[in-house]
Amino acid sequence: MCDADNTTTKKTIRVATGDRAILPEGAKTIPVYIMGKKYEVPETLTIMKAMEYAGFKFLRGAGCRGGICGACPTVYRMAGDYKLHFGLACQTVVEADMYLAQIPFFPANRAEYNIEEIGGAAEAIHALYPELFRCVACNLCTKACPMDVDVLGYISALKQGNIKKAAELSFDCIQCGLCASRCMGEIPQYHIAQLARRVYGRYIQPRAEHLQKRVGEIESGKYDAMLQELSAMSKEDLEKCYVEREREPDLAPPGTWQPKETRYL
Amino acid sequence: MKISYYPGCTLKTKAANLEAAAVASLAVLGVEVEEIDRWNCCGAVFSLTADDLIHQVGPVRNLVRAKEKGADQLVTLCSMCYNTLARANRIVRDDTVKRDTINRFMDDEIDYAGEVEVVHMLTFLAREVGWQKIREAVKVPLTGLRVSPYYGCTLQRPADVGIEPFGSFSLMTGLLEALGATVVPFAAADTCCGSYQVLNGEGGAKSTAAVIINDAAQAGAEALATSCPLCEYNLGKRQEQLITSGQVEAPVPTFYFTQLLAVALGVAPESCLFDLNDAASLALLKNKNCLVAA
Amino acid sequence: MTLIITGTTISIPSIKQLEELSGENVKLCMQCATCTGMCPMAAEMDHSPRMVMHLSQFGMLDRLAGSNTYWKCASCHACTVKCPRGIDIAKVMEALRQRVLRKNTNFIEPSALSAERIAELPQIAMVAAFRKLTS
Ligand code: SF4
Ligand code: SF4
Ligand code: FES
Repeated sequence: MCDADNTTTKKTIRVATGDRAILPEGAKTIPVYIMGKKYEVPETLTIMKAMEYAGFKFLRGAGCRGGICGACPTVYRMAGDYKLHFGLACQTVVEADMYLAQIPFFPANRAEYNIEEIGGAAEAIHALYPELFRCVACNLCTKACPMDVDVLGYISALKQGNIKKAAELSFDCIQCGLCASRCMGEIPQYHIAQLARRVYGRYIQPRAEHLQKRVGEIESGKYDAMLQELSAMSKEDLEKCYVEREREPDLAPPGTWQPKETRYL
Repeated sequence: MKISYYPGCTLKTKAANLEAAAVASLAVLGVEVEEIDRWNCCGAVFSLTADDLIHQVGPVRNLVRAKEKGADQLVTLCSMCYNTLARANRIVRDDTVKRDTINRFMDDEIDYAGEVEVVHMLTFLAREVGWQKIREAVKVPLTGLRVSPYYGCTLQRPADVGIEPFGSFSLMTGLLEALGATVVPFAAADTCCGSYQVLNGEGGAKSTAAVIINDAAQAGAEALATSCPLCEYNLGKRQEQLITSGQVEAPVPTFYFTQLLAVALGVAPESCLFDLNDAASLALLKNKNCLVAA
Repeated sequence: MTLIITGTTISIPSIKQLEELSGENVKLCMQCATCTGMCPMAAEMDHSPRMVMHLSQFGMLDRLAGSNTYWKCASCHACTVKCPRGIDIAKVMEALRQRVLRKNTNFIEPSALSAERIAELPQIAMVAAFRKLTS
């Protein structure tokens, strides 16, 4: 992100850049405050597009633009109210009199570890992040989470040594860091949750046997011929093959459908 | 009978023996245990500064969970949880200004005004089950087992949340007697085990623990009964070190009171998770024929 | 310890701050030393609880700046329940800790704990110690 004034002087036409927002005809504009300065932006835009419309350019603090990478956390407050709100800039539509602050990065503690060495006990997580025990259950983290994750819930689960519960509760976390920015205990909740999911995946979750079997088959060369056959095809044949491929009917009850071609099962 | 129950973090890991034995015993006594949902850490220690309310939020949030369940009692096992929850409850009950501030801060929860009573398991057993019923339910009397009831700090102090008056140990005494054990009173029954000072240099917590263990041994006890995982850590898990360093002469195995209750009620020793105690504990019970025949 | 009290050693604002934080009236103390007698940690302390109360009564908190007393306090309330003047001394100790902790200073460092230590400690030991000894 760089300052609006630098970019607007070079560009005379004020249109949203980057994702080429198309403004509906006669769109109403509303005032929003970016770093305390007032801008008039079309009311239909997301915070991210509105900031681009206002002339800001995202060099950092934007990634997927689809609400999943966690790069664009935003804190905002509506004029006249004390309450802080939290959202993703790429997902949240602007409202009149929003005061916006981008928190693209928060300096949360991130432990270094080798997942193969630390083992699957809760104490491994406790040892890497003892600050976990500083949680005061204020719940500001949960209130801040733009993904509706029960952050206090997974922190509590980890204090109780329940890695599975923490992994499940934190599944929707996109590592935006807003929880950590609010934490009374200076806890890097999202990094701890990521570690919990890794420990869960590595040590606790049962292995998927069919996956291992399939990987074995691939490694043994079972599909090499098929791949060669496909790579040798002309574009037209490939397209035909694709269009005519067998597909499981959308609503087939699980386990009932079998393709006619069974050579590669 | 059904009770709402607050476990506390340590009871899910290192003090799982405290909980497992309690749940098994209550089942024998016909009490169903319902753990409250979505509970969080109580904070373990009560905040003592007059203007600090943020540290009361954690315990109060748990009381909100109990209220949401429609419970009028919340039973706890861990002394520290009991103390922290009960004291936070006192604040909310007695101080309307602080109550309002806490409720306003917790705008994500229903309002709480102290509707739930925090009850320690010992109180619950005495009040709602009764020593008589327990005495009748005993299958393996702990005859000849000389136990000192150890309360530590948090069951009795301060007076307004104490499960019984300072200097009196009648609840655990009543329970142990009902189980057939010989109760050995001792002077250090309410001396602090050193508590969290175990993280602040080695000296303090170790010497207070040694005083307690030696005092019990001199009084003639061969075991200590406690209800606090931190006491158990300072007195039990670290006892071997104290013996090695010469601060403690003879071992005095530590038990949770719920474990003694469970074995007396005929619960299988495996269900009491003695592997989480020091090794001498189970050996002592075997020696004294206090275990149900396999 | 002889305490020389003059107009410059006494600090009214410090007394006030301590009373506000603790909610206790330190001037009620009559120096009977029951607190010291009850305290299980007294042997480890630079200043006995009674001395802490004495210095607090005059707001001479500078003298307590390097003292380990309030850090060694286990908040066990053994002193409190026996104080003939009804002072909750444990609250005064907490106030002395908070004067330091509220300035973003830790007394112990959670990150300095070894993995082995953390693996054996019950959670409540860490929760309690971090509450009482970290900022
Ligand atoms: S848990 Fe924290 S990092 Fe994850 S999405 Fe929610 S606020 Fe962002
Ligand atoms: S913000 Fe921090 S202290 Fe507050 S509940 Fe969440 S993890 Fe705990
Ligand atoms: S840019 Fe990826 S979540 Fe917003």
